[in-house]
Amino acid sequence: MSARGVKQTALRLLGAAVLMFGFGYALIPLYNVICDVTGINGKSSSLQQAAGADGAEIDQSRLIKVEFIGTPNSELPWEFRPLVKSVEVHPGAVTDIYYHARNLADYSITGQAVPSVVPSPAARHFSKIECFCFTKQTLAAGETKAMLVKFRLDPEIDPAINQVTLSYTFYALDDEGAVKQPNAEPVEMDHSHHAQVPAG
Amino acid sequence: MSTTATAVEGEHHHHGPAKGIGRWLFATNHKDIGTMYLWTALAMFFLGGAFAMVIRMELFQPGLQLVNPDWFNRMFTMHGLVMVFGAIMPAWVGFANWQIPLMIGAPDMAMPRMNLLSYWLLPVALLVLVSTFFMEGNAPAFGWTFYAPLSTTFAPDTADFFIFGVHLLGISSIMGAINVIATIVNLRAPGMTLMKMPMFVWTWLITAFLLIAVMPVLAGVVTMMLTDRNFGTAFFDASGGGDPLMFQHIFWFFGHPEVYIMILPSFGVVSQILPTFARKPLFGYASMVYATGAIAFLSFIVWGHHMFATGLPLAGELYFMYATMLIAVPTGVKIFNWAATMWRGSMTFEAPMLFSIAFVFLFTIGGLTGLMMAMGPADMQYHSTYFIVAHFHYTLVPGAVFALMAGTYYWLPIWCGRMYDEKLAKIHFWLSAISVNVLFFPQHFVGLAGMPRRVPDYPLQFADFNMIISIGGFVYGLSQLMFVYIVVKAIRSGKPTPDQVWEGAKGLEWELPNPLPFHTHTTPPRVD
Repeated sequence: MSARGVKQTALRLLGAAVLMFGFGYALIPLYNVICDVTGINGKSSSLQQAAGADGAEIDQSRLIKVEFIGTPNSELPWEFRPLVKSVEVHPGAVTDIYYHARNLADYSITGQAVPSVVPSPAARHFSKIECFCFTKQTLAAGETKAMLVKFRLDPEIDPAINQVTLSYTFYALDDEGAVKQPNAEPVEMDHSHHAQVPAG
Repeated sequence: MSTTATAVEGEHHHHGPAKGIGRWLFATNHKDIGTMYLWTALAMFFLGGAFAMVIRMELFQPGLQLVNPDWFNRMFTMHGLVMVFGAIMPAWVGFANWQIPLMIGAPDMAMPRMNLLSYWLLPVALLVLVSTFFMEGNAPAFGWTFYAPLSTTFAPDTADFFIFGVHLLGISSIMGAINVIATIVNLRAPGMTLMKMPMFVWTWLITAFLLIAVMPVLAGVVTMMLTDRNFGTAFFDASGGGDPLMFQHIFWFFGHPEVYIMILPSFGVVSQILPTFARKPLFGYASMVYATGAIAFLSFIVWGHHMFATGLPLAGELYFMYATMLIAVPTGVKIFNWAATMWRGSMTFEAPMLFSIAFVFLFTIGGLTGLMMAMGPADMQYHSTYFIVAHFHYTLVPGAVFALMAGTYYWLPIWCGRMYDEKLAKIHFWLSAISVNVLFFPQHFVGLAGMPRRVPDYPLQFADFNMIISIGGFVYGLSQLMFVYIVVKAIRSGKPTPDQVWEGAKGLEWELPNPLPFHTHTTPPRVD
């Protein structure tokens, strides 16, 4: 045994612990890279790389049902829903659909929509050419707006997929552009309001 | 042995414990620190157990009678946190402190002062955690897995105290692990090669590496929570570009090795006890070492099996499913080796042996249900039901806790120089072994039938089984009071430990004089 040996071992192990702390953080970019490459987390390709799709071939032999969901976050006093529940499209064709949004509050509010696609393998084949989710949206008190999504499904999409769902959650932004969080105070449930289930 | 020398040598007398409270506040002796860890763990075992009793009382009958749902949530959250971080992990660190120097022929742990610091961080951390009960917003209620966004966006302010507590616990564990490795690497007696080390020392060495690898990841994930909650980051917040599922990926990267951190030292203890009472050497020592290493390695690459229900891609489900099933191979090696150790041995059934045999049987049940849940498609039925509750309690209660009991009875005679009451210990065993099965076995059935975990109420068809489960729980909980009585009785009025404690026990710790001097192995023994 030697004091130096102990010190050396301890320092190496401490270094390993610090590295692992960094590794915990590194997992986030690692996962994001993997998800970008494979599209497995439902983050659709939001960019216009397929924008020049007008002339691309359209696969007339397949029809895929695309469903739409819209949810305003609990902190956002808006109506928000798709104007059509679903459409059937040929892969390769460009389609326009609209969401309806209305500000129910008596003041102007800015919000940001975050998209998600399921099944996740479809996400990277789902190109949004124009979308209200690309920018912040501001609605004046009581204002109503129809919001456009122009999208196209890549003909490369897995032949086993015949139904895709596009979902948006609309979040309220505060003055600095940060997302408003719900009030974190827990709601203590009042015991007396619970119906007692009779035993036996 | 030279260790009996306690003669006063001038000013450098360092031969006995300090007097009064200072002995404990400033302890650097591995035995004293081990003792403090063990008592702390025992106290937390009863605190966590008290929370479990509240859960079982509430579930004794359908309907809400004792606590409201918020309290129920706090109870199962704190039960899990206190048992994992306050009871089982510190108890194993206590065992490591006591046994590793004795078993490898070292005079003490390699870094005694750091040892003291890592102990004292523990009660502070637990105090921070438990103090949330007395604050506005009350204790955490998001489950011991503290999934985002429940623990970030929707948690009360006390979640920040929880985060701080976890940070302290993490620092304490990492320092403890560094100390264990530094001790084992540098302070082994001459002649004790790695492949001559006792199995308990091997399992703890590997556990310590797991701790160093994953406790920092836990610290990282709670730090992300902290900045998400207070400083505007969005690691786990979809609206800011983050992903709540990311929390689960990082948490379980810590969480799966964590379950092996709690169970590997149990494997070590059982591998010490079975050969002693079968009076045969451990069967397949080398394969035991390699199997432990293999389990530790595999534990890093299977976290996704906790997330089958999150919509992993098919390839991911298949990978995690097969990788998880692979763990059954080294675990099977261990179980067959234990069986082969007992095969045709001259077995006697003292309390440590009874607990160890029960461990082998009941841990295997927990292992097999684990294999069932490793199957992705089948897991959809088991997920978040009482089946998973039964599974991990079989691995942790008749698994880790029984191994702790076995180890305590096994080594108590050298720890305190007095024997425990064998008859009472056997009663404690039979009460525990029967009630633990009454407690956890029916949970498989209600789980398969669809009773969800973490819900304070249930439909009427689960009423009978839940009453049986609760009765098992009460008996199990109360019988652990016997354990305290037996230990205290041994310390106060046990018969002095004879020269030969157990007939078949081999190893350096059994060659020391009884009662144990305050300093042992001051001259390193020679191992051939």
